[in-house]
Amino acid sequence: MSLVHWAILAPFILAIFVPFFRKKAATIHTGWFVLILPVVLFVSFLQYLPVTMNNNSITHSAAWIPSLGIDFSVYIDGLSLLFILLITGIGSLVVLYSIYYLSKTKESLQHFYVYLLMFMGAMLGVVLSDNVITLYMFWELTSISSFLLIAYWFDRDRSRYGALKSMLITVFGGLMMLGGFLVLSIMGGTFSIRELAVQAPDLYHHPLFLLAMILILLGAFTKSAQFPFYIWLPDAMEAPTPVSAYLHSATMVKAGIYLVARFSPIFAFSSYWFWIVSAVGLFTMIWASFNAVKQTDLKGILAYSTVSQLGLIMGLLGAGSAALYFDSLDDNLYTAAVIAAIFHLINHATFKGSLFMVVGIIDHETGTRDIRRLGGLMSLMPVTFTLSVIGAFSMAGLPPFNGFLSKEMFFLSMVQLSELNLFNLETWGIFFPVLAWIGSVFTFIYSMIIVFTVFTGKFQPEKLEKKPHEAPAGMLVSPIILAVLVIVFGLFPNLLSYSLIQPAAAAIVPSIIPSGEQLDVNIYFWHGITAELLMTIAVVLVGIILYTFLPKWVGLYNYFPGKVTLNNLYDASLYTVERGSNSITKSYMSGFIRSYLVYIFAFFIALLGFTLWAKDAFRYDASNTSPIGYYEIGLLVVLCVATATILMAKSRLTSIISLGAVGYSVSLFFVIFRAPDLALTQLVIETVSTALFLLCFYHLPKLSRHEEKMSFQIGNALIAAGVGITVTLIGITAHSTKLFSSINEYYIENTYKKAGGENMVNVILVDFRGFDTLFEIAVLSVAALGIYALIKLRLEKGDDSVNENK
Amino acid sequence: MIDLVLKLTLVLLAIAMLGLVYRLVKGPTTPDRVVALDAMGVNLVSIAAVLSMILKTSNFLDIILLIGIMAFLGTVAFAKFLEKGEIIEYDRDQ
Repeated sequence: MSLVHWAILAPFILAIFVPFFRKKAATIHTGWFVLILPVVLFVSFLQYLPVTMNNNSITHSAAWIPSLGIDFSVYIDGLSLLFILLITGIGSLVVLYSIYYLSKTKESLQHFYVYLLMFMGAMLGVVLSDNVITLYMFWELTSISSFLLIAYWFDRDRSRYGALKSMLITVFGGLMMLGGFLVLSIMGGTFSIRELAVQAPDLYHHPLFLLAMILILLGAFTKSAQFPFYIWLPDAMEAPTPVSAYLHSATMVKAGIYLVARFSPIFAFSSYWFWIVSAVGLFTMIWASFNAVKQTDLKGILAYSTVSQLGLIMGLLGAGSAALYFDSLDDNLYTAAVIAAIFHLINHATFKGSLFMVVGIIDHETGTRDIRRLGGLMSLMPVTFTLSVIGAFSMAGLPPFNGFLSKEMFFLSMVQLSELNLFNLETWGIFFPVLAWIGSVFTFIYSMIIVFTVFTGKFQPEKLEKKPHEAPAGMLVSPIILAVLVIVFGLFPNLLSYSLIQPAAAAIVPSIIPSGEQLDVNIYFWHGITAELLMTIAVVLVGIILYTFLPKWVGLYNYFPGKVTLNNLYDASLYTVERGSNSITKSYMSGFIRSYLVYIFAFFIALLGFTLWAKDAFRYDASNTSPIGYYEIGLLVVLCVATATILMAKSRLTSIISLGAVGYSVSLFFVIFRAPDLALTQLVIETVSTALFLLCFYHLPKLSRHEEKMSFQIGNALIAAGVGITVTLIGITAHSTKLFSSINEYYIENTYKKAGGENMVNVILVDFRGFDTLFEIAVLSVAALGIYALIKLRLEKGDDSVNENK
Repeated sequence: MIDLVLKLTLVLLAIAMLGLVYRLVKGPTTPDRVVALDAMGVNLVSIAAVLSMILKTSNFLDIILLIGIMAFLGTVAFAKFLEKGEIIEYDRDQ
């Protein structure tokens, strides 16, 4: 266990103590205790920067289940360090924000911080794990803690609905991912990601390669809210705003991005990877940005915008995978896409985190998040306005903010993708820049909506629940820090380029970098009049025009059939599955024992009969049978007649007497076959059970005592005949295929010699195999006690209600 | 000689048994069947005895006694059941 291990476990350990803080120090906001940890972690992980900047990595391993090859091994390289800094850095800011956002007296803070710390630890585990099984464990922990956080206000219906939806979708993806991991580890023979990446060129030819890839991508797409699995994210907005800012914009939804980036060195040799990742990413981007425009809830807009931006990053990662496919490229064209992806990942975390916090402030200070009720807040909340301008303009891709740079790089990558004649892109490649451009136009529009409909226009105090005013200073600290970062990264992007971006890119595309060298990462504001600059200008112009005339064309959205959405599909499929399984269960669980007996016997016939037939197992061999005497035949006739009488009898009494006759005939068989002990017991038991049957007969209720013949049903007759025939055939077969001689010689020899008895049956029962006898005695005792209990311990009439409620 | 006689006896007993089975099946009343059953029990005694002679063993003598007891008990129980509707009465502890 190294320090890094303890860093992962620290949030979990602190989570244990959170309720004590809450209880013992109720006057201090619990968040202050929690805040220390992410800050300490952030600072301590900063120390790893010099290590990863030189493309070195650190590995620590601790044994967890060594016999299965499952270790708790951690691995720090540029990619994981980038994510760790995001998680701990934004984690600190979110905790700080939540201290002012959540009321000390009204909210159950201990739950909130326990869940949040659980999430933080799980997320650190996800990005640090080198072992896929450990990775999966932490992955599911993020799903569970996210579920708990979304339903933090569990008395609201919408929260529970959103939590359940996100749980179902992300756990579905997680399980698929587990399958992918297992397939991958079967292919590579190890659970370690690094060891798998080493043998990546061999894995490519494995027949299971595509399966593993698709399963792992399913996990990544569900977690990162890609099309069509994005539907949980807008519903997860029922969570408290700090949660939305932390989980659903900066960290958890990027776990899928991390997964794609982490597994790029393994899978990117395949063109499927390129096509699936980039196509899904780009489509998600344009689809979600298109849908974001029609939202009226601020958090709804931000949710769709997160989906759209995640799609953008995913598309860039897909484009970047081409770098691995063609390692002959020396002009770094495709590594540019990877660099753009990482850069935008950082940028998105900063501006989206601050935007969520801004929306939280608006919600907190006005009582609503509905843009139709908000307006004219600019003069009332100047700081919030400034923050939202910075965040939204950066999201729209305007200079001088960092979003401009990453959007330029995005366009550059897409344009390059269309120009190069790779993967037969000459026909389809043109779609990449076009789709990217359209998506950006919509991004521009909704970014403007966030700023201008809320802060400009008419102030409508009558529609607001509270009198709006500027937020307290403590609440503004975190978004201000993030906004400052937006500007700093925008003006001085090269602060990041060699410290964070280059090592992370090197982790995603390791094979392309010659050893000992570094990727050339230089982010410029100005690279002349290029295609991407013209595209940005066109985005701004078209975006301004479309935003100005938004009321004119927003009605277009009404033409889209409202019922044909993925949400309705999800709801309908959930409903259909529930109703379908209900009706299936109801159709065969009829509640009648006779139906269940029919199933049991039908399966008995089908299974045994089929086995007998399919294996060609039937044997008939009469060589070791005894001659049949007249007594046996006579007795058999009696037995058959008595059995038939049971079935044909009109009165139950006749049936009981006939059953007695059958029993006595059987005991006579025991006599003929020389089994005196059996015959004795059979006689006594038969008499007793006949008496018991008579007892039951007598107590039949008067009303339903139908004295009529058993009705004949062809199905029952067939099944009865089938069971009889099957058992007979099996009996004959078993008798005809005796493979070994019996062990009875031993008993014959030793009954007197070793056990000192002359009655062999009794010696076997109490000496050779006395254990069976012991437990048959137990069975009889249990039966006797059970009968006594059934008869004596009956609840009185007044106690019936107790019984029913159980 | 004795073997032949024993087998003949067995056949005759079997025929008697079949006759009793016919009565058991046909009825027409329950007492008919009970009497048939009782007679079957006695028949069983004879058959068991003859069989043990054929098989040259004395191990079945217990069975002969037991059948006698059982047939008696069974018939008495049936008779009481038919007459009173129950076999064991609980008059003492209400």
